Amino acid sequence: MEPSQNKSSSLWQTLFGHPIRAFGVVSLLFLISLAIAPAKNHFSEWRHYQKQYLVLIRGRGDAITLQRHLQPGIQQIWLPELGVVDRCTSCHVGLKEASLADVTTQPFRRHPVIPHTIDQFGCVMCHRGQGAATTVEEAHSSTLAWEEPLLPARYVESSCGQCHRVPLTGTPQLNLGRQLLARNGCVHCHTVKLPDGTTMKATDDPPSLVHIADKTTREWIYAWLKDPAAYAVSATMPNFKLSDDDARDISAFLIANSTPLPGDTAPVAATQKAPDPTAGASLYGESFCASCHAVQNAAGNLVGGDVGPELTRVGSKVKPEWLQVWLRNERIYDPPTEMPHYRFNEQQVALLRTFLLNKTDSDLLANVRLDAATPEQIAHGKTLVTEYGCASCHEVGGIKKPENFAPELTRIGSKPVAQLIFLPGMQHTLPDYIAAKIRNPRSFGSALKMPQYTFAPSQVDALTTALLSLTERARTLPAALAVPAPSASTYQPAGRAGQLMADLGCFSCHAINGRGGDMAPDLTWEGSSVQRPWLAEFLKNPNTLRPALIRRMPRFNLSDGEINELTNYIMTVYQSPAIDRDSMPLSGYPAAQVEQGRQLFYSKYACQSCHIVDTKTDKGYIGPTLTQVGSRLTPAWIYSWLKNPQALRPGTIEPNRNMSDEDARALTAYLATLKSSGKPGTKVARLEARP
Amino acid sequence: MTRLITISVIAFSIALTGCARKTASAGGPKPTAWGAAIVESSGGKQAGAVGSLLEQPVVVQVNDEQGTAIPGAPVEFSGPSGVSFDPPSGLTDSSGQFTTNVMLGGMAGRYQITATTLTKAQKRVDLKLEEIALGYQEQLGFQLNDKYCARCHNPESSPERVSNYDNLEVKPHAFTEGDTLNKMSDADLTAIISHGGPALSKSPWMPPYGYTLSKSDIQALIAYIRMVSDPPYQASGTVYAQK
Repeated sequence: MEPSQNKSSSLWQTLFGHPIRAFGVVSLLFLISLAIAPAKNHFSEWRHYQKQYLVLIRGRGDAITLQRHLQPGIQQIWLPELGVVDRCTSCHVGLKEASLADVTTQPFRRHPVIPHTIDQFGCVMCHRGQGAATTVEEAHSSTLAWEEPLLPARYVESSCGQCHRVPLTGTPQLNLGRQLLARNGCVHCHTVKLPDGTTMKATDDPPSLVHIADKTTREWIYAWLKDPAAYAVSATMPNFKLSDDDARDISAFLIANSTPLPGDTAPVAATQKAPDPTAGASLYGESFCASCHAVQNAAGNLVGGDVGPELTRVGSKVKPEWLQVWLRNERIYDPPTEMPHYRFNEQQVALLRTFLLNKTDSDLLANVRLDAATPEQIAHGKTLVTEYGCASCHEVGGIKKPENFAPELTRIGSKPVAQLIFLPGMQHTLPDYIAAKIRNPRSFGSALKMPQYTFAPSQVDALTTALLSLTERARTLPAALAVPAPSASTYQPAGRAGQLMADLGCFSCHAINGRGGDMAPDLTWEGSSVQRPWLAEFLKNPNTLRPALIRRMPRFNLSDGEINELTNYIMTVYQSPAIDRDSMPLSGYPAAQVEQGRQLFYSKYACQSCHIVDTKTDKGYIGPTLTQVGSRLTPAWIYSWLKNPQALRPGTIEPNRNMSDEDARALTAYLATLKSSGKPGTKVARLEARP
Repeated sequence: MTRLITISVIAFSIALTGCARKTASAGGPKPTAWGAAIVESSGGKQAGAVGSLLEQPVVVQVNDEQGTAIPGAPVEFSGPSGVSFDPPSGLTDSSGQFTTNVMLGGMAGRYQITATTLTKAQKRVDLKLEEIALGYQEQLGFQLNDKYCARCHNPESSPERVSNYDNLEVKPHAFTEGDTLNKMSDADLTAIISHGGPALSKSPWMPPYGYTLSKSDIQALIAYIRMVSDPPYQASGTVYAQK
């Protein structure tokens, strides 16, 4: 016999040699096995944390209160209608204790103040993770049985978006992400169906390519396709990373496919005298083109708005004939454009055309040499245009807008990690996957069609947040929890005035009845607000009402008939039912009341901190200048405004002063006396810029 | 027995590779110069949402004894857990500066980050900077501040947004002025925001917002003001006996 065998058999003999001894050993083993479960329970993490918590609160003044709040054992928030079973509060025991504000060690921190309570919604609704787990690892991380780890704090706003479709003040990142999804063409290719059954709509307006040969050259199209950012740093068109041959063939197809522009295409007379370039620049400035269009300055910074395309190198792009037609009336080329029809005279058109055509970049097209296109190249170009889904965004003659061109993103926020293919070295989580895909789509495969965007890191985070909010949970929550976005207004003013307003692009800047932009004041109640002579004069010759603004309404060179048409419509239709315009007289207030109002203005309400009445003494730079407010606004409107500004224009920053009727009447009387000295609408003396 | 040995060998080698990986990450280009001091160029005291990337990168400069910028000097950033830097370390560029993007941690509060350079004698020179992570309430307060308060309370002006600060006879306090604002209790701040300056016998140039903002909005504003104040605000209240 081997010695080891000898040994083991002797051990066996010692333990089980005698029946009584064997019974004792077996009983002992049985007892030990019985003790395993209680021991595991005793040494569990949550028990450990609860003990630590007791140590933490021991020295505090309100230790007894805190201890009374602590319920030992596993805690659970069970909300069957939300599908929430959260045991997080077993370890995070101090979440609801306001007095723990100074504690920074986890898991004992107080929950930061939010508009919801933990008992109402549980934890995983916002933070994800495995709510029912009772160990740190299982609750926080992705395990074999649970793919959804905790959501990193930087994306936590996405959880708000599961119910809230309206932009919230407290979720700027989510709001930006949703805006970017709609603005950067994402939803042209990817369908996003929202939980309320609607489909997310794009807010950009990619130009139609049907008449592109009239607008620009094949060389420019080639350079643009190769690298849109080389032409315009703010380009929303992504880079498709096309080969030279592919860009050549697509440009060949687009030019060959283009049909002539209907309307005036008369060539620009070559003999026209070159106008003064400074006059062009000042017309560009006076027309406030920069409110919508940006131009890169010498330092490389973009200056101007982002409503229209960037114009830094526009002279290298557009054909003079096209630009002339566009400046005369852009709706010939693009009927639904947001750009106002300025009604420039021929001299102004020539000035602006020359000014814009001088904005060239000789490097842009320097190396582009294209031979005449062959039929094969054109045919190949057409195939490429179809393959890359160009028609998802642009109107291309003869090619239908493809349906479901890219994967639907309706439930992307809950996509199982097992269905994702990660790159080597990447963290295996959904947020990281989405962010990486937005940052560099082709890194997941060079054959992929998704183009390269130029998003800043904060924009990638915002987009990821918006996409993460599109969860399965959002679709299964009780309908009562949803805070739907107000349905988009399709308001359309009627008649000839309506046509005029469309032609002038009023809705690009002003909102009326819920439709329109936010660059300029809401005009829904404009008829109750302003006096007719002022409005007519303002439309003829707009001036700056707010000294702090660098933008103002441009001059549209309207005819008297057009001004009359618009003024009539605004004064008749845009009336608030809550304001009787004629309830207060335009003038004739008692001197004592006026004086009382003046004193209230300067002392009790200190209105001069934001408004200017006397240009010599007042400096307020926030609200509109009130030097001639008695000629501009109706007293009835002033009175209602003073009583409750937000009721007339929700969101206005003028605070509600909870003014007594008497004070409001006196102030109205005072303001009504502030009439313009000369003819209405004379330009307010420009304030000197203060150092 | 042999199985036990094999297992322990495997476990040991796994542990070894684990350690090896950790040490391998500290590498990067070799410094070509050494400085004597490290100073902030820009990027300190920024406020951003929890877990977010700060809007501006943090730029530090390494100088020698005379205060001349030193290119090629090593800089390393470190911070509390949750804060990450991109890149975390490297050499100063030709103008003696090193730029890093900072991502804040997931908890609201102040984060102290440290930029370190080495002297010729391999002595560490530290620069401590503070960044502020805004939780939901402070973030809401920041947004409200931006809309209603900043035009007067923030003296900084830009062509896009002209500050009204210089036009005011009575100068408002910037919200970072901890020396003044920390002395005011939450109740004082609530009173002055809700009822205007006269509520605390101050100027009527501060209008009341109690009929415009909700209670929770005003609380959010106060939370924001407390978070950005410099020096930091210490909640006064019950002082707990320390054991």
